[in-house]
Amino acid sequence: MTPEIVAEHGLSEDEYARLLEILGREPNMVELGIASAMWSEHCSYKSSRAWLATLPTEAPWVICGPGENAGVVDIGDGKAAVFKIESHNHPSFIEPYQGAATGVGGILRDVFTMGARPVAVLDALRFGSPDHPRTRHLVSGVVSGIGGYGNCIGIPTVGGETEFDPAYDGNILVNAMAVGIADADRIFYARATGIGNTVVYVGSKTGRDGIHGATMASAAFDADAEARRPTVQVGDPFTEKLLLEACLELMATDAIVAIQDMGAAGLTSSALEMASKGGVGIALDLDRVPTRETGMNAYEIMLSESQERMLMVLRPDAEAAAERVFRRWGLDFAVIGRLTDSGRVVLTHGGETAADIPVDPLVEAAPRYRRPHVPTPVPAMPAIDTAGVAPLEALERLMGSPDLASRRWIWEQYDHMVMADTVVRPGGDAAVIRVHGTSRGIALTTDCTPRYCAADPRAGGRQAVAEAWRNLVAAGARPLAVTDNLNFGDPERPEIMGQLVGCIEGIGEACRALEFPVVSGNVSLYNETDGRAILPTPVIGGLGLLDDLARRTTIAFAASGHEIVAIGATAGHLGQSLFLRDVLGTPGGPPPPVDLDAERRNGLLVRGLVEGGVVEVCHDVSGGGLLAAVAEMALASGIGAEIALPPGADPLAWLFGEDQGRYIVAVDDAGPVLDAAAASRVPAAAIGRTGGAALTVSGHGHISLAGLGEAHEAWFPRFMAGP
Amino acid sequence: MKTAVIVFPGSNCDRDSAVAVEAATGRAPAMVWHGEAALPPVDLIVIPGGFAYGDYLRSGAMAAHSPVMREVAAKARAGVAVLGICNGFQVLTEAGLLPGALMRNAGLRFICRDVALSVERDDTIFTRRYRAGATVTMPVAHNDGNYVADGETVARLEGEGLVAFRYRENPNGSTAAIAGILDPARRILGLMPHPERAADSVLGGTDGRALFEGLADSLAA
Repeated sequence: MTPEIVAEHGLSEDEYARLLEILGREPNMVELGIASAMWSEHCSYKSSRAWLATLPTEAPWVICGPGENAGVVDIGDGKAAVFKIESHNHPSFIEPYQGAATGVGGILRDVFTMGARPVAVLDALRFGSPDHPRTRHLVSGVVSGIGGYGNCIGIPTVGGETEFDPAYDGNILVNAMAVGIADADRIFYARATGIGNTVVYVGSKTGRDGIHGATMASAAFDADAEARRPTVQVGDPFTEKLLLEACLELMATDAIVAIQDMGAAGLTSSALEMASKGGVGIALDLDRVPTRETGMNAYEIMLSESQERMLMVLRPDAEAAAERVFRRWGLDFAVIGRLTDSGRVVLTHGGETAADIPVDPLVEAAPRYRRPHVPTPVPAMPAIDTAGVAPLEALERLMGSPDLASRRWIWEQYDHMVMADTVVRPGGDAAVIRVHGTSRGIALTTDCTPRYCAADPRAGGRQAVAEAWRNLVAAGARPLAVTDNLNFGDPERPEIMGQLVGCIEGIGEACRALEFPVVSGNVSLYNETDGRAILPTPVIGGLGLLDDLARRTTIAFAASGHEIVAIGATAGHLGQSLFLRDVLGTPGGPPPPVDLDAERRNGLLVRGLVEGGVVEVCHDVSGGGLLAAVAEMALASGIGAEIALPPGADPLAWLFGEDQGRYIVAVDDAGPVLDAAAASRVPAAAIGRTGGAALTVSGHGHISLAGLGEAHEAWFPRFMAGP
Repeated sequence: MKTAVIVFPGSNCDRDSAVAVEAATGRAPAMVWHGEAALPPVDLIVIPGGFAYGDYLRSGAMAAHSPVMREVAAKARAGVAVLGICNGFQVLTEAGLLPGALMRNAGLRFICRDVALSVERDDTIFTRRYRAGATVTMPVAHNDGNYVADGETVARLEGEGLVAFRYRENPNGSTAAIAGILDPARRILGLMPHPERAADSVLGGTDGRALFEGLADSLAA
């Protein structure tokens, strides 16, 4: 084995030495490929594992935390929600349609592998500057890829987020979150047990696509990114639909001992993980693996990332019945091996041993690094000049800016209503999906403010969790748990590692304070091109529960003449605000602080008001500040509003500051809301009234909803239509 | 009223249609697998939305030649009512049970949103609970909803009053804004909008419920 071949497989000298020690000899190419995939950053979390271990993962309602295919939480009535978020960043940049499509396919498999019927998908997307020549092509490809997969398989895409920043010019982010519902006592795990039990391969045939995808996803890009196109997989949502239905049909019986989808690192990763979790060995005959093309060697079969495949361990007497189910759905079904008591993965191909590796040493001895890290200096507040800035002109600009403009162009390309349980559609704070056949619902959101994380990783980490929690509360839900997708640059650079460490610290603090444990997640590192890293982007996917769908909220004003109440303190924090960046053109400063005690107090107040039926219209305040939140409520309803500034307030800071922990509610009488707030020691103030066809700020004029709506809706279609 | 919902491997609105049928008739429909060569005795056959066999070739083209569709055609000839929604409409045109074809949307993008429809006639088994000329709202969700037929066919559809629903604002380029059509006997309806997704107030609309209730009135055994 030459040093060049070892380096091509992404293994360091130390890592290769460790492999020699584990095997007691030189590896062959198949073994080197397997070690390379298993020890890639993507599969082993070698840079982040020590820090991830600091996150809270438990609560009385958590059924399964991190480490399985997805997290599982109890949602009552014998049901569980199964959910996870995962990145498909590198492939989506190289081939946006297939990259995004297979990202959706992969995360759906993680959910139905555990026995859940998927009920919703959300996508958190980050693209480069709208002015970058590649951005339009990437947006178009990613959105059609997500829609092409989700629409066909028939699972609604109900939410997510989309942002633009030059930091993503060379590395876009495509993070897909899937959520499923299962019977709480019928969750399926990957732990392979029962020496002698058969190992079965089901789904699509194995081809030469996606070989070494996990290794690619663990390296930074250079000018040759295009040359990596053959490592991108090709998706087939129709086959995944068949696989989904066949798996759920078989899961209704007692045939399955363990099941694992073939995702990153394909058959290698699924076989080793199942064996490792069960403490068993596994013997596979690769001649029995269904292949799409002739002449595939063991290396290719083991490292292919062909999509829509599963590995299962069956009970001894269940083989024939299981085969009938998969054949009926027109899928391949092949017994490819058995569990053994050897503690080793032994592969044969063409009658010869192709690999023979001890399972535990390879999986458990995966490298773990305590990489050096340095703190991020918090930027000073820039000098700002607000002379001549009129609030409503600023609002119009913000509502028509790339980051705040309506995302209708995107979500109208996603079937967000299939399955006929979508109660709150895209465009609000959180999507709400009915638990089929009941009057309960789950609320779903994804959130992150990368510019806050870049300025102060710890504050940014706290804010991402707080905003997800707040969005669920605003929808009327009780927040239950989190899945996180940590997207960062090269962790071997101490300043990037410092961002990762700071964000994880902030996430941990917020999750602990809000009783919002992390139950699943994914880490995507090396998101950089030619040494330029993305903004630190720890996306938080949140899930909450509504016990009664009748007690839900909308962001749209319900009637004219209602009083508008702001809940939470408005200090006018302009640091890192969209107003500074997009209106004044002087971005900077520290991000808004997150007072977790206040966040919790304010949220519990709002949830009580919604559950008590006092509040039916509610919206959280986030990017763009208070006036943008009110504008979104007005546009969603077609009912205007008049807002009055409190005496002595700096108008621009009060209207556009991005202080955390705030909600806007609209009620026919503010009295009960203000009384409840006072009793809970929560700052709250009546700030205006709904009505008319314009948005008015007393003393600063008005803007018609028609004009504001035009600015808000026009940006995306105009951008995508091109120059 | 007895109903069968046809289930192709890539159908994905089969459950949604079954829920709407059961809500209107009080009776759960029979779910009939695409490989079946025989249907149980029924008053209504629903071909639901989805991507019957993946539809990588042409929407509904393969489904039109499936074993179950021969039986659907025979039942239709015998006067059993047939409702094709979205992909079901595409299958009916490919199978020759309704004229014309559903092509790629004029905007070349998938469209999922509520649309306003005008009810063109209220004297059919499908539309008797509506009022002719009324505007109703239902969601569309399709890539290939652009109804196309030759001039002679369109003239015949219009002349014989076989257009059941028309878009108020044409979302997909359909000829004459046609959203749904009937066969000459008015026992087969194919439409792109999804009445089954607008049959429950918690989902934001109930205008589709009248279609299933009208069928229940008409076909009550």
